Amino acid sequence: MTHPQTRNPGTALTPSWLEDVAVNTPAAEERAIKLTANRPLKGTWQAAWLVNAIRCMDLTTLAGDDTEARVARLCAKARRPIAEPILCALGLDHLTTGAVCVYPTMVRSAVRALDGSGIPVASVATGFPSGLMPLALRLQEINYAVAEGAAEIDIVITRAHVLRGEWAALYDEIAAMRDACGDAHMKAILATGDLQTLTNVYKASMVAMQAGADFIKTSTGKEAVNATLPVSLTMVRALRDYGDRTGARVGFKPAGGMKTAQDALNWQILMKEELGNDWLQPDLFRLGASSMLGNIELALSQHVTGRLAASHRHAIA
Amino acid sequence: MPSVTEILEMMDYGAAPVSDRPAQDWLKAHSPLGHFIGGAFTEAANGQALPYPATGKELAQVAEGSADDVTRAVASARAAAPGWAALPPHERAEHLTKLAALLRKRQEVLAQLATRESGRAIHTTTATDVPEAIAQFTHFAHRAELLDETFPGRAPHGIVGIILPVQRAFVTLAAKVAPALAAGNTLVLKPAAEAPLTALAFAAICAEAGLPAGVINVVTGGAELDQTLAEAEIEMLSFTGPTEAGRALRIATAGSGKALALALGGRPPHLIFADADLDAAVEGVVTALESSPRLLVAEAVLERFTQKLTRRLETLRIGDPLDKGTDLGITVPPSHLAEIRARIAQGVEAGAELVQPNLSVHLPKNGQFCRPGLLLHVFPANPCFDAETLGPTTTLTSFRTPAEAVELANNSRFGRAAAVWSENITLATDIAAQIETGTVWINSSDLSAPGAPQEGLRESGVSQAGLAAYLAPSTVPALPEPPAVMIPESVLGESDVAKAVAQAEKAGGWSQKTGADRAQVLRAFSAELAVQQARIAERLQSLGHDPQEAAQAIRLAYRCAAHAETGADEALRPAPKTLALAQSLPWGVLGVACPVTQPLLGFAALVLPALAMGNRVVAISAPSLAQILPDLAQMLTKAGVPGGVLSLVNGPRDTWVQTLARHDGVAALWYAGNAEGAALAERQSAGNLKATWCPTERDWSAQPLSETLAQARQSKTIWLPYGA
Repeated sequence: MTHPQTRNPGTALTPSWLEDVAVNTPAAEERAIKLTANRPLKGTWQAAWLVNAIRCMDLTTLAGDDTEARVARLCAKARRPIAEPILCALGLDHLTTGAVCVYPTMVRSAVRALDGSGIPVASVATGFPSGLMPLALRLQEINYAVAEGAAEIDIVITRAHVLRGEWAALYDEIAAMRDACGDAHMKAILATGDLQTLTNVYKASMVAMQAGADFIKTSTGKEAVNATLPVSLTMVRALRDYGDRTGARVGFKPAGGMKTAQDALNWQILMKEELGNDWLQPDLFRLGASSMLGNIELALSQHVTGRLAASHRHAIA
Repeated sequence: MPSVTEILEMMDYGAAPVSDRPAQDWLKAHSPLGHFIGGAFTEAANGQALPYPATGKELAQVAEGSADDVTRAVASARAAAPGWAALPPHERAEHLTKLAALLRKRQEVLAQLATRESGRAIHTTTATDVPEAIAQFTHFAHRAELLDETFPGRAPHGIVGIILPVQRAFVTLAAKVAPALAAGNTLVLKPAAEAPLTALAFAAICAEAGLPAGVINVVTGGAELDQTLAEAEIEMLSFTGPTEAGRALRIATAGSGKALALALGGRPPHLIFADADLDAAVEGVVTALESSPRLLVAEAVLERFTQKLTRRLETLRIGDPLDKGTDLGITVPPSHLAEIRARIAQGVEAGAELVQPNLSVHLPKNGQFCRPGLLLHVFPANPCFDAETLGPTTTLTSFRTPAEAVELANNSRFGRAAAVWSENITLATDIAAQIETGTVWINSSDLSAPGAPQEGLRESGVSQAGLAAYLAPSTVPALPEPPAVMIPESVLGESDVAKAVAQAEKAGGWSQKTGADRAQVLRAFSAELAVQQARIAERLQSLGHDPQEAAQAIRLAYRCAAHAETGADEALRPAPKTLALAQSLPWGVLGVACPVTQPLLGFAALVLPALAMGNRVVAISAPSLAQILPDLAQMLTKAGVPGGVLSLVNGPRDTWVQTLARHDGVAALWYAGNAEGAALAERQSAGNLKATWCPTERDWSAQPLSETLAQARQSKTIWLPYGA
């Protein structure tokens, strides 16, 4: 993955950018519904947007039963996310996912499996998914993952800091993690399902960006509610406000809960409408998903062949 | 067609044209379109080409109606009226339910015809307009079912003439037709010449649904037919459109005894406070864009809000109305475009700055599309500040304090709707209470529901309160009033009346009081009257009036006090997680010309309900009350009625009522004399489109108090969506 843009340098903790903010939930929910309602994508356009979703996908496995072989299989799918004939029919010669996302102990096998592909390996860290570990150990975990070869680190925040309004503690924690990441890009997982309110989501987003997050990410995939459009809308707006104030461009990664090709389109529409085309590129937008790729592949197969597709005819991840 | 690789470069949406084959087929089958009279289309005479506003291409030939056509349609409605009115409410409810079901089945073609006739984006007509319209029929089917319980003994007006606007014609049609039918009226519809298709298709669907022939009639043609219909043998006229046209209809129907409902113009103010969710406010403004909202923005967030709105306008997709991805199609009828551009130019001339977004999708070359815009630095003195419409252009004015925001919002001839944006519930509800519009949306915009009142205050409308508007008042036994006597004003001077209005304007505290506080005062007044009952009865008898009036007036006074206490407010839940408060609101300063025949009872039956609902009243009392007036005045003071709340003037009623009618500070006028005086009062009231009520020549002991109370208030609905 290339990073043409400069990284988010962060700012000092600036509470005035978040303290007075209140997000109106019904209005955000309404906008989320309207947003995708009249932005139809048909035919070739739909196919192209689905291809773009693959380009921006962090193909993920974060399960207790992950093995090296399982990760290798995932990486093979990341290199060839859709079958050759479909790729050809779409007029494309090369397509990979944006990254592969795994647990720290799986980083080495992923790096090996992706060798020469240019696909970066992202690792979750810092006591994923709950984050309830001593900070020192969480930072050590980052060091470990980076040493294993992870180019991107998906950290989790201490939700308690948000729920208790301890912004300085949240800022310090994330800033320390960003330090530990070094050259690896840092995605800050806010676990929005735990934060509950959109106002909390906005404030946590703003603090994470001030502390230097390169990406803000919705969920671990393990919360009761994962990525939703209203939550994503709120984060994207925070990101835009931060950009207006600092000039820095922060990326966005919705994760968990998105399963269908339509989801892939909806989230891209959200990015285009609220932020513009730059946020449809993998350096500023990632979709954290696993089963979504299969659904996209079926849709693309259907587009190419004109026949309804059956999943058993396509390689699983 | 571009390749996948090329689209990956652009990441644009591509076109998503809708095939409107069903609408084309419908037009082919029915063109040339005649009128719809007596359950069928007539032969189309004098066909005029109807253009599709997005391209100017002809859609169909549509009949150009004449006065004879209107007469025929009215005759057809007249023939159907007795049968339709005589149906038990349950059967009318069944008809409406069936109609709603068939409309649902035909919603695709209706949405396409709506887009074809108006150029509104297909997404809007499909997802919003047509479903909203159908919901009206479902709602009023239920209302019809309960008609005998909610309005016992009330009858329909008879024939209602309905004049429709160019924009959102079908939504407006449904909002009028559904309650009118539920009440038992038969109808003559006159759609705008530019947008007749949905009305005609609707009439055909009514026939298909088995509505009796003649219940719905449609006459198409130009605006001159509006006047013809207003003057035809109908009992009620219901109009939606520009204010000046409404004023003309007010004058045309004055003195005819026809009920009149006007829904007129005005741009909604959006008050955006510093603690608002600015992104939410931006979306609300975009939702309301076609009504050219007047944005009032706190100075503290002016820059950020303006930046956010300007950026958002650039993502709007304007163009082919039949593309599913179009946000805005034709927003201004082509015939109005030049006028609106000229008005905006005047605004710029007067010092405003026009910002128009670079649109990502270029405006089509053909067709009369209107680029949205934002007029900055629009001060109240700018002609655009209170212009009736500016198309999809908003104006922006800054304020410093909540009080200033309210002052700017209320600095308008109009009073249709407003939106308040603040996350501080205490502030938002306070502001909502102070804004003088029929609807206030808190942190939302353009919400509506069939059961929620949607009135226009000030010049935005006259009498539109749901089902009740489509029912005739109860019949009350007649008592003749003496003929109106006109004395030239030059002889008389106007000072007494004008002075009383000035005092009433200052006595606004009465309207702010709680119902309970007013009830206490009115009850004290009732008690004072009761103490004096014998003396007053004697005085009435000596003047040749029925002494019973005293007892009747006292009884009324107590009941009015009780109504003041109980009020007429209602909390509705029109949508999930949405609260709507339908508040009853006084008119403000109400002029009352009392009857002469029953001097005391007439006074009590009009003035006391008006006071109970919170109005300040300037009443012209019967000459024979002159001897009792000082006593009454003393009792009022003793009861604690504040100065200026009620002025009783004694003089030439039919002359002074005109002074009241022509006073822009008087919000509503009641005239209880005879028909001739009523005609004058109604005609003179057209100036500020004040609401009039002319209960002429009746026995006030038989007047239902509930109907008088209903006339004494207007309604304001405050919408409050909630959610953590």
